[in-house]
Amino acid sequence: MALLEYALIGGILYGIFFSLVGIGLNLVFGVMRMINLAHGQFIMLGGFGAWLLVHELHLNPIFGIPLAVLGGILIGYPLYYGVVPRLQRSQDPEMLSFILFFGIAQMIEAVMLFIFGADQRSLPGEALGSGNIGVFGQEFPDSWWVAAAVSILCIGGLWLYFTRTRLGFATRAIMADRDEARATGIDVDRVSAIAFMIGLSLAGIAGVFVPYMVGSVSPSIGDSLTTTSFAIIIIGSLGNPLGTVVGGLVFGVGTMLMQTYYASWSNLVPYALLLVIVLIRPSGLLGKAVRSA
Amino acid sequence: MRYPAAVLAILAAMFLVLPHVYGNQSVLFTMMTFMALAQGLNLLYGFTGYLPFGYVGFFGTGAYATSLLVTFTGMPVLVCVLGGGLAAVVVGLILGPLLRLSGAYFSIANLAASQIIYYVVANEALKHVTGGPYGVKIEQVYAPTASYATMLAVLLLATGLAAYFRRSRFGLGLRAMHQDPISAGLAGVDIVRERLIVWLASAGIAGLAGGAYAWNLSVFYPDAVFTLQISVFAIVFALFGGVGTVIGPLLGAALLYAFYAVIGVSAPQYFELLYGLLIVLLVLFLPNGLMSLLIRRNVDVL
Repeated sequence: MALLEYALIGGILYGIFFSLVGIGLNLVFGVMRMINLAHGQFIMLGGFGAWLLVHELHLNPIFGIPLAVLGGILIGYPLYYGVVPRLQRSQDPEMLSFILFFGIAQMIEAVMLFIFGADQRSLPGEALGSGNIGVFGQEFPDSWWVAAAVSILCIGGLWLYFTRTRLGFATRAIMADRDEARATGIDVDRVSAIAFMIGLSLAGIAGVFVPYMVGSVSPSIGDSLTTTSFAIIIIGSLGNPLGTVVGGLVFGVGTMLMQTYYASWSNLVPYALLLVIVLIRPSGLLGKAVRSA
Repeated sequence: MRYPAAVLAILAAMFLVLPHVYGNQSVLFTMMTFMALAQGLNLLYGFTGYLPFGYVGFFGTGAYATSLLVTFTGMPVLVCVLGGGLAAVVVGLILGPLLRLSGAYFSIANLAASQIIYYVVANEALKHVTGGPYGVKIEQVYAPTASYATMLAVLLLATGLAAYFRRSRFGLGLRAMHQDPISAGLAGVDIVRERLIVWLASAGIAGLAGGAYAWNLSVFYPDAVFTLQISVFAIVFALFGGVGTVIGPLLGAALLYAFYAVIGVSAPQYFELLYGLLIVLLVLFLPNGLMSLLIRRNVDVL
C-alpha cells in the first residue's frame, strides 16, 4: 500500500509539473495553429538559464522564473514577426511550420552543445529547501512541492488572463476562429505574438524545474520533452488550460505507477498514451486531428 | 533526365564505378542508404503529404528483423533482408490507422510509434531475444560487397517506385488526392486504399534498407538503427532536393551527405547548426527544394 500511495501522490506532483511543461505548446497551437516543435528546446533553455544563475551568479534558481519570462519575450517577439506572418501566407502553414520549428530546435540544440557541451547538469537540491514534506506518510523533496506550486500559479495565472482580461478574450476569439476574429477588428498578429511570448515564457519557467523533476538538464533533452508535452496536451484538450492539467495528471500518475511496478517499461508511457489516445479518440479530444477525407 | 530508365541506369552505373575510384566504400554505402531512405520517405511525403517523422522505426524494424532471422533461422542472408522488408510492411499495416490522422498529428503519432518500437527492442527485459541495449552481432555473415549490391538494389527499387508514382495513372490519383482529397475521392480515386499502398511501399523500402544496413554493419547497438537523426536526415535530404520528384531526393541526399561526410563527422555540432539553419531557410525561401528552381523554368524533370 505504501508503494501505491507513494506512486499516486508522487504522480500527482509530477503530473502538475508536467501540465506546466505542456501548457505552452498547447497555447501556441491553439492560437497560431502551428506546432512549436522547438518547445522542448525552449524548456531546456530555461533549465540552462537557472543553471547559469546558480553557478555563475550564485543566485537562487527561483530567479530563473523572471529570466525565463524575459527570454520568452526577447526570443518570442522577433521569432514571431520574423517567420510566422510569412508562413501563414504559404500553401501549407501547419506542415511547413512544423518543419521550420524543427530546424529552429536543431539550431538551439547545436548552439547549446557548443557552449555547454553534452554534459548533464543538475542544480543543488537544497536551493529550493533541503527538507521533505510528507503527505499521508509519503515524503517528497521540497523542490517537488515548489515546482508543483509554481505550476499551479502559472496555470491559474493563464486562466485569469483568459477569463479576466481583454487580451485574453481576444486570444480566445482567435482560438475559436482566426478569420472571424480578424473581421471583428482584433489585431490578430499582435495578440498571437503575445500568446507566443507567453507560451515560450511558460516553457522557460517549466525548464527552471526540469533539473529537479527530471534529475538533470542537457542540450539533447529537448526532443523527448516535446513528445511528452504532446502526449499531455493530446490527452487533455487543446486550448483549455484546465484540460492540460488533466493530461498532465494522467501522464504523471501513469508514469509513477509504471516506475514503481514495471520500471524498465516506464519510458514507454508517454508514447503509448499518445498513440492510444490519438487512435481511439481523435475527434473526441481534439476535433482538428481528423482529416476530412 | 526525363526517362526513368536513364535515371536508373545512371544511378546504377555511378555506384558500380565509384568504389573503383573512391576508396572509402563505407561512405558510399551510407550515402546510398540515405538516398534510399530519402527516396522512400519521398514516396509518402512527396506524393501524399504525410510526413513520417518516425520513418526510422521502419528502418530499425528492418535491421532487427533481418538480424534476428539470420541469428535464429540461418536462412540465406538475402532472404533475411527480404524478411526485414516484410517485417517493416507488417508494422506499417499495424500502424495503418495512423493514416486517419492529419498533418502534424500523423507525424507526431508516427514518431511516438517509432519510439515504442525502439524502447521495446532495446529493453533490458528482452535481452535474450533482441540483445536489448547490448545490440546484435551477425558478423558471421559479414559481406561488404554483397550488402553493397543489395543496398544498390534497394535504392533502384525505391527510385523505380518513385518514377512509377510520378508518371502513372496511380500517381496522378495520388497527386489529385494530395491537392484536394474530397474532389479526388469524388472523381473515383480510392483514397484510403491508395494511401495505404503508398504507406506500405514506403515502409517496405525503409525495412529493406534497414536489412541491408544491418548486414553491412553486422555488429550494432539499437541506437545505431533507431536514432531520430536517421528520420531527420531523410526528411532534410528529401526536402533539400525537392519532394514529389524522382531526382530531387537523390540529388539532395547525395549532396548533403557528401557535405556531412566532409565536415559532419569531424565537427557534428557545426553540421547540426548548419542543417538547422538550412531547414529554416528552405522552408522560408525554397519550400519545394532545388528541383523547383528547374520546374519554375518549365524544365521537365522526372
